[in-house]
Amino acid sequence: MNDRLDGHVKFDNVGLRYGTDAEVLSNLSFTLYPGSFYFLTGASGAGKTSLLKLLYLAQRPSRGAIRMFGQDLMTMPRTRLPDLRRRLGVVFQNFRLVPHLTAFDNVALPLRLAGADEARVVKAVSDMLEWVGLAHRAQAIPATLSGGEQQRVAIARAVIARPKMLIADEPTGNVDPEMALKLLRLFEALNNRVGTTVVVATHDVHLLKKVPDSLIMRLNKGQLSDPTGALRYPPRPSSAPGASSGGEGGA
Amino acid sequence: MNVPPLPEAPEDEAAAAPAPATRRAARLLPQPRMGGLMPWVIAILIALVVIAASGGLVLRNLADNARADLAAAVTVQVIEPNPDLRAARGAEVVAVLQAMTLVRAVRLVPEGELAALLEPWLGTAATSGDVPIPVLVDVELVRRASPAEIAKLAAALEGTVPGARVDAQSDWLRPVYRALAALQWLALGLIGLVALATAAAVWLASRNALGQARETVEILHLLGGTDRQITRIFLGTVLREASFGAAVGTGLGLAAVWLLGQQFAALDSGMAGGGGLGMADWLVIAAVPVIGVLLALATARMTIALALKDML
Repeated sequence: MNDRLDGHVKFDNVGLRYGTDAEVLSNLSFTLYPGSFYFLTGASGAGKTSLLKLLYLAQRPSRGAIRMFGQDLMTMPRTRLPDLRRRLGVVFQNFRLVPHLTAFDNVALPLRLAGADEARVVKAVSDMLEWVGLAHRAQAIPATLSGGEQQRVAIARAVIARPKMLIADEPTGNVDPEMALKLLRLFEALNNRVGTTVVVATHDVHLLKKVPDSLIMRLNKGQLSDPTGALRYPPRPSSAPGASSGGEGGA
Repeated sequence: MNVPPLPEAPEDEAAAAPAPATRRAARLLPQPRMGGLMPWVIAILIALVVIAASGGLVLRNLADNARADLAAAVTVQVIEPNPDLRAARGAEVVAVLQAMTLVRAVRLVPEGELAALLEPWLGTAATSGDVPIPVLVDVELVRRASPAEIAKLAAALEGTVPGARVDAQSDWLRPVYRALAALQWLALGLIGLVALATAAAVWLASRNALGQARETVEILHLLGGTDRQITRIFLGTVLREASFGAAVGTGLGLAAVWLLGQQFAALDSGMAGGGGLGMADWLVIAAVPVIGVLLALATARMTIALALKDML
């Protein structure tokens, strides 16, 4: 399958429910194209985190079909999921840093799990910590880091392995505006220079204006409520593929 | 704004990378603890197995040695009230036996020795001559004789010397052999039960450790960690703690076996003397901690694999 034409991720009539409760996500159909920058917005409880969980493979949908990097997630055995997950970078809402590991070792985890050479790990992680302003906190464990510092460690961990797709849940929620902008520029750089597809869930409407070429997906009560792409900011250039929702074709 | 110098990563390198080696996997996380008591539980269980295995082997050796000694010997009695006739028949028995190829040595037990043996039960009557005491002949055979050979020997004697009766000495101790065999089965059963208890202890400890580390395990999964990598981290801990427990348990068990050995040696009993441990027995005992650790690893591996399968 050609990712450029068919997208990195394709949702087809996907629904998600936890246990026997009502569906938290319903009838989601959209495509995420390689090299695009998406903002996912919506009120609290709209289902943003649930949608992200489906994207970063923490959850299987209750119904529908999902293809990721050309592979059918519905029939894929769980033993092959690590290969897919190594192509993703994730900034979790509550950071999910490993509490016993130092900032350095947390950032190094994706590279070490992928079997990277230790010399390369040390260099890459040191540079990354330097860049997010945490070189002096490299040996600190998460409990001794502030919320903003933990968030920067989480972001460094998410981007360290140059993922094909970066998924971030409120990544700028705990940092000052200057650091928020800096992190957003990092996401943009990944998007523009490395071709990483970026999906950022956020409440911050001001953030949307900072990335001019971004596409916007809005969730409302578990459904994508932007079938025409009218909420996209700024208007999408006609030549670029983008997000489509609600089974309406391209946005 | 500057962009950090991201590490070079060809598109599919991560997907193609092999699972890291154990050394590298171990660096992913500090070694989780299985629970403070697990090494000590394993130590106690291994000590019990060492004692049970040693006991079982000692009993087996004891029974084998006794059986070998007694199967190569018979006793001939000549029951005759007339003392002169009794003495003549005793000499006759000795003569017949000495002519047999199966017989290595014959000893006519002197009357004085017999009287001394019987005195504790019969008192002065044993030496008074009022009680007719049979003639006893100890016969040492050239090898362990089969029941058919003993029967043939008995038939030859009883046909030649009236009143002669052959007793295979092993027959006297048959109930003792049966008791020893039962004790060996008991030891084997105990070893089986302790093995089950060890597996159960490791299973509980593994589940407990995995439960405590669940959040971390989920993070590792979401970052692309494989079940194999995560299992290796836990197996490293199990190996370390089970090895410690097995070493301590083996030491305790051997100390108990040595103390018991000293106590039995002090009995200075002929039967207890045949119950030592040979080189092969020591190898079996040395295998106990190794098998214990392997059992712990196999149990932990299975437990962790089943628990990880419940996670996406």
